[in-house]
Amino acid sequence: MLAWTVYLSFLGLLAVLLVPAGNARAARGIALATALAGFFAALLGAFQFAPDKGVQTLVRIPWIPGLGIQCFLAADGISVTLVLLTGLAAVAGILFSWNIEHRAKEFFAFYLALIAGVYGVFLSFDLFQLFVFYELAIIPKYFLVAIWGSTNREYGAMKLALYSFIGSALVLIGLVAAYVASGMKTMDLLELAHYPFPAALQYWAFPVVFIGFAILAGLWPFHTWAPTGHVAAPTAASMLLAGVVMKLGAYGALRVAMTLFPVGLSVWRDAIGLLAVIGIVYGALVALVQQDFKFVIGYSSVSHMGFVLLGLLTLNTVGLSGAVLQMFSHGVIAGLLFGVVGRMVYDRTHTRDLVELEGWHLRRLLPFAAGTFVIAALASMGLPGFSGFAAEFQVLAGAWAAFPTYALLAGIGIVVGVAYTLRVLQKSFFGESEATAEAAHPLPPITLPERIGAGLLIGATLLIGLCPRLLLDLIGPSFQSSLFEQVVKGGKL
Amino acid sequence: MISFSYLELLGLAAPEAIIVLAALAVLAVDLLVMREASLRDRFLVSGLFAGVGLAAATAWLLAVNVPPVGAHSASLSLPMLPGMYVDEPLGRLVKVAILILALGTILLSLAGEFTRHVGEYLALILLATVGMMLLVSARDILMIFLALELTSLCLYVLAAFNKRSPASAEAALKYFLFGGLAAACTLFGLSYIYGLTGATGLAEIAAKLAAPTPDPLLLAAVVLTLVGFGFKIAAAPFHLWAPDTYQGAPTPSAAFIASGSKVASFFVLAKLTSLGLAPAQGGASWGAYTPGWVPVLALLTVLSLVLGNLAAIAQTNVKRLLAYSAIAHAGYTLLGVLAGTPMGLTALVFYITTYGLTVLGAFGIVGLVEEATGDCRLVDFAGLGRREPALAFCMMIFLLSLAGIPPLAGFFGKFYLFAAVAAAAPNLGMLWLVVVAVAMSAVSLYYYLQVLKQIYVAPSPEAPASLRVPATTRVLLILIAAVVVLLGCAPNLLLGPLLAAQ
Repeated sequence: MLAWTVYLSFLGLLAVLLVPAGNARAARGIALATALAGFFAALLGAFQFAPDKGVQTLVRIPWIPGLGIQCFLAADGISVTLVLLTGLAAVAGILFSWNIEHRAKEFFAFYLALIAGVYGVFLSFDLFQLFVFYELAIIPKYFLVAIWGSTNREYGAMKLALYSFIGSALVLIGLVAAYVASGMKTMDLLELAHYPFPAALQYWAFPVVFIGFAILAGLWPFHTWAPTGHVAAPTAASMLLAGVVMKLGAYGALRVAMTLFPVGLSVWRDAIGLLAVIGIVYGALVALVQQDFKFVIGYSSVSHMGFVLLGLLTLNTVGLSGAVLQMFSHGVIAGLLFGVVGRMVYDRTHTRDLVELEGWHLRRLLPFAAGTFVIAALASMGLPGFSGFAAEFQVLAGAWAAFPTYALLAGIGIVVGVAYTLRVLQKSFFGESEATAEAAHPLPPITLPERIGAGLLIGATLLIGLCPRLLLDLIGPSFQSSLFEQVVKGGKL
Repeated sequence: MISFSYLELLGLAAPEAIIVLAALAVLAVDLLVMREASLRDRFLVSGLFAGVGLAAATAWLLAVNVPPVGAHSASLSLPMLPGMYVDEPLGRLVKVAILILALGTILLSLAGEFTRHVGEYLALILLATVGMMLLVSARDILMIFLALELTSLCLYVLAAFNKRSPASAEAALKYFLFGGLAAACTLFGLSYIYGLTGATGLAEIAAKLAAPTPDPLLLAAVVLTLVGFGFKIAAAPFHLWAPDTYQGAPTPSAAFIASGSKVASFFVLAKLTSLGLAPAQGGASWGAYTPGWVPVLALLTVLSLVLGNLAAIAQTNVKRLLAYSAIAHAGYTLLGVLAGTPMGLTALVFYITTYGLTVLGAFGIVGLVEEATGDCRLVDFAGLGRREPALAFCMMIFLLSLAGIPPLAGFFGKFYLFAAVAAAAPNLGMLWLVVVAVAMSAVSLYYYLQVLKQIYVAPSPEAPASLRVPATTRVLLILIAAVVVLLGCAPNLLLGPLLAAQ
């Protein structure tokens, strides 16, 4: 069932391409139907999934037999979690871009191409195939931002595309080296993960591949694409960028770099962990002083993704599971935050300047948006009851065992996180300053698709916050499989 | 005295003979019968003759006297003249690729208005094709040089064919002067090789050269020979002719120079180095260089990659941009040559044939835009995505394939080349070349995106010139784009036969 998420997205893409150019309604309808179908396929696949059986093959056929490259779709609990997230984010993104009229057909075509690539990455267990899907996502991202974006969109789009491509170039070097060093017989991840690559190779290949992927996860100091890209992107694209594309990077780092080169991992762990912690604190501090509403959320993404990377490097099951849970949690919460900022507020007020917004008194004009943002802010701060709490708590617990100093520093990041979230909440919706002229005019009311989209994401963060077992029971057993044997051994917990 | 049957030779070289006949037929028909007809009809009728000839030669290559697959003895040649003309499975596939590229070039020129000398134009394309096919079959330095000259002379004239355009004349003159100098260098180098070994066949040369340490004179000969080839494949620092020639020459001529001629030259270069000069191979592993042709080619590779990609960033004319990207691609393809392994050769053939197709398509679209707007600056492409969605989509496929984005043919080609060169030296010794190539391909995405940005993001000009797209060109371009996607999604379609023909 899970493999259908990929097929359905490609079918939907073809269907959208066949729609006549002017027909925005049809394109939108097909896109929503595709995203919903993908989401249901993911849900169904998750229900049928038996987490204790490790990696489960979905499709496995030879692709380029001469080179040992296969078409190999499979899943473990980590894949399932992220496929669920992708389905959720895809549906919400389309609901939040219901008002796209300008070149709607192309918009949804690029959107579905991106979604298809993301599903493909999460389900690929052949490295060549994984890389193909990984790069497939770059070009749609570029066009989504460059054509439908706002502030500085062409710059942001190019920066995003080039950072992604440079990241994947690093990954490609590592993959070619691993492929050749193992005798050019296979690209099967499950086999290569057990191949004893010489230590000399692992020492350089691990950081190259890990950082190549982590660029997309917003690892400091390679994060700078993220705030500019998020700000320039149209709402749906920022939701996808923060919601799932950044997870591609973290997922690749975990799935490929860490399993392939465990010896390199043990050497570089502390250094890269430090970068992750710097990202947490730095992202939070920078978010504290932004004047642009969207930049705050953009930098907060850098900070929250730092927790994911830190969790990965703890190498113990608590931290690793926390990292994957944080991927899900941040995907949902960031999607919600960007939805409120980009669609509910910016599309109506045409300003994201926090000083201006203070005078708008948005809590009166857009009460639904205010309510949604309060909930999203609470979730983002990591209040118990929301998914962010369960995830970040686990990461910190894991980090405490692995590197206590980093855990303490990350704790500071959480405190600053509360500060910038409350600041932006107060300035954007609960401004105290003199009401400006604009504040008198009523704004277009929040539409039904927005309400449904927001409801969906709030529901997801609450559900996982109140009952994290739902996902942890999927994620936890994955780390017991032989794929992560070496990784978890390095953590010694 | 050497005696052999001409009939036997004709049987062996039948595809080339067919093309020569087609060239003569085209000339005769156009000059004798069609003199008074309209330009369009002349192109159609002559093109038909040329097409039939190309198709017949392709059919012969694929169906008649196919050498048995698998065995190394699969190659056929005349016993009296070993190496003068070799018929082997891989060579046949390369020739088929060249014929397809020639056919594509002819289809692109059918609607051309740059010349009234239709018969001569098409005949020259066919004769250049014969030269390229002979290059593929030549395993003898004399024959290689003759075939190289046959190809080059035809291409010089093809570049000059737009008599009304001074740029075309300039393009041809530059191409000719650089080409003449390069040919002199090659010939000089080859004469040293002959002097050292007393042989002209590649196999004999390799046997005679098998000495423990390479002679300094041999190294000089290798360098001189490679200089000539460096020109032919437009590798830096012998690339100076390429941007001007690509820009000034009639678009189909430029497309053929960039596609068919590259395929043949790279193939014969790989054969010359790996067969004839094997003892002078040398090594380019990181920190362990030994003199020979591998380090020389490694130098050319790095220079081409860096210079081609960086210079392309600054271009505002799309034809010049494609020219610099061609220089960069010569760098990628050289990786396959300097690997010097069978895998490297397979990767090279896969890469250069898919590159040839892609660049033919790209030039086709650039030519259409140039015809409509009079120029092909970046801004002339603004808003093309709205006006010509199908062609714009094809252009996106071509450019992204050149950039190496999956799932297009260019990506698999690059991956396979990188794997081949990484595997060529023990302990991943030549991985540093892969690192340079990968880094530079990240650079290349920037300028390809600049073109795509104009096509899809930039607003249309106030009064856009409408493109006149002949049906044949449209079908051809869509077909090429489909093949580029297909070979990217299912590389085995081409890789399978290539591996089987090894």
